[in-house]
Amino acid sequence: MLKVHRNICGYCGCCVSVCPEGALELMDAYLEVSSACTGCGICTRACPLGALEVQDEGKV
Amino acid sequence: MKERYDVLIIGSGPGGAIAARTAANAGLSVCIVEKRPAVGTPVRCAEGIGMDALAEFIEPDPAWISAEMAGAEIIAPDGTSMRLSSQMAGSKVGYILERKLFDRELVKQAVAAGADVFMKTRAAAPILEDGYVCGAKLEHNGTVADVRAAVTIAADGVESKFSRWCGIDTTVPLREIMSSAQYLMTNINIEPNITVFYLGNTVAPEGYLWVFPKGDRMANVGIGISGRKSGDGHRAIDYLDTFVKAHFPEGKIIESIVAGVSVCRPLESTVADGLIIVGDAARVVDPLTGGGIYNAMFTGKLAAETAVKCLKSGDVSKKALMEYDQAWRASKMGKTIERNYKVKEYLIRQPDEKLNSLIRSVKEIDLAEMSTFNLIRELVRRNPRILLDFGAIKEFLA
Ligand SMILES: Cc1cc2nc3c(=O)[nH]c(=O)nc-3n(C[C@H](O)[C@H](O)[C@H](O)COP(=O)(O)OP(=O)(O)OC[C@H]3O[C@@H](n4cnc5c(N)ncnc54)[C@H](O)[C@@H]3O)c2cc1C
Ligand code: SF4
Ligand code: SF4
Repeated sequence: MLKVHRNICGYCGCCVSVCPEGALELMDAYLEVSSACTGCGICTRACPLGALEVQDEGKV
Repeated sequence: MKERYDVLIIGSGPGGAIAARTAANAGLSVCIVEKRPAVGTPVRCAEGIGMDALAEFIEPDPAWISAEMAGAEIIAPDGTSMRLSSQMAGSKVGYILERKLFDRELVKQAVAAGADVFMKTRAAAPILEDGYVCGAKLEHNGTVADVRAAVTIAADGVESKFSRWCGIDTTVPLREIMSSAQYLMTNINIEPNITVFYLGNTVAPEGYLWVFPKGDRMANVGIGISGRKSGDGHRAIDYLDTFVKAHFPEGKIIESIVAGVSVCRPLESTVADGLIIVGDAARVVDPLTGGGIYNAMFTGKLAAETAVKCLKSGDVSKKALMEYDQAWRASKMGKTIERNYKVKEYLIRQPDEKLNSLIRSVKEIDLAEMSTFNLIRELVRRNPRILLDFGAIKEFLA
């Protein structure tokens, strides 16, 4: 599952553009993750700040 | 807000604003919706644009120009510098804008032409009927309203979702997103009218770092790196911090932004039934420079002109709107994207030593007309062997 560290995120939309599932959406100043997310981790690479993290179900 | 417009435009960036101004000037009823609370902010841009490119769309005004540029400098990985200047000494070649004010001015002009505009209003879904995009569901302050339109223009930028909701795959490959960070810095020593670009795998892997002056002792200092080179401990922000510490230790950061810019090929189709896609949403950024302000305005204008024609003939099918798609691909902008895509693909595969030798070969050029095209032509002239690697771009350089 994808965790958005909102204290780090700069709400820029970079991650939105690379998600193959269309699971992310930038709602102005915060990011929403839909159930379409597969946890593939592509977006976590693209983020200029490192605000995204794929976590195990147990940890969240 | 009316229930129906001729044209509904999603996004108030340069693409959306010029589309709105053009369509409204032609007498159409036009509505722009923007999810952010203010036009143009936060800025996601280094704010550079060529003088002639800007003049195609708007009269330059010091109110939204931060600085005038007379040339550029490219710094190789080993520190070798190449200076580019215009042949006419002292003449300016481009501007660094104040995008917050520039974008606002464009929207103001669209409104003066008759367009409606609604802020903090998000397109949440398309209205789809018989496969046609017929407008959008708009969310505003907790309410949802249907707004119908004969033509919908998606100008929703790099984070575009609208076209995807209409069934178009807009995914940018990880390696072709420039993961970016930028500081607006003050109290730094810079040449006030020269843009500087730093290349190299240790500075900015598969991308570049820029210093774009914004006035006295002030500049946009930013970086874009390929998404595939980005990861924990080596993200855009890490490279930027390293650079800033080494080059501008005395500087102070007065604005800090992050962003993404696509350097992939444009979408395979930038139209659908009732829908036209423009600017960053269509992925029409110049893949070599990352410049997209002009391209957004150019496609925005063309989209509106096509909408005007198709509304007149009463046919807004994909087939009819395809005129837009074909026109921008055949334009100078479309051809430049195609050429620069190949140049970019070539350059990102070069090791630092090769970049050093390329830049050393030129050092100083006086270009009659400062453009990436002239620069590439000059590089090839002095390094004829590049042509062997370039192959397919030969015809563009002829
Ligand atoms: C770091 C960086 C540096 C850059 N430097 C330069 C440069 O020096 N020169 C240059 O020419 N280009 C540069 N660019 C590119 C340039 O910023 C863009 O190409 C340009 O802003 C694109 O304009 P646009 O109108 O297509 O999109 P944008 O300006 O991104 O506007 C899109 C708008 O749509 C809105 N929106 C999105 N979704 C919705 C929705 N669902 N509902 C309502 N509104 C929505 C957004 O909030 C946004 O305001 C840079 C880009 C980056 C990231
Ligand atoms: S983890 Fe993969 S599927 Fe989930 S939001 Fe990120 S890119 Fe999309
Ligand atoms: S790329 Fe990072 S900073 Fe930008 S919106 Fe996504 S999570 Fe936030």
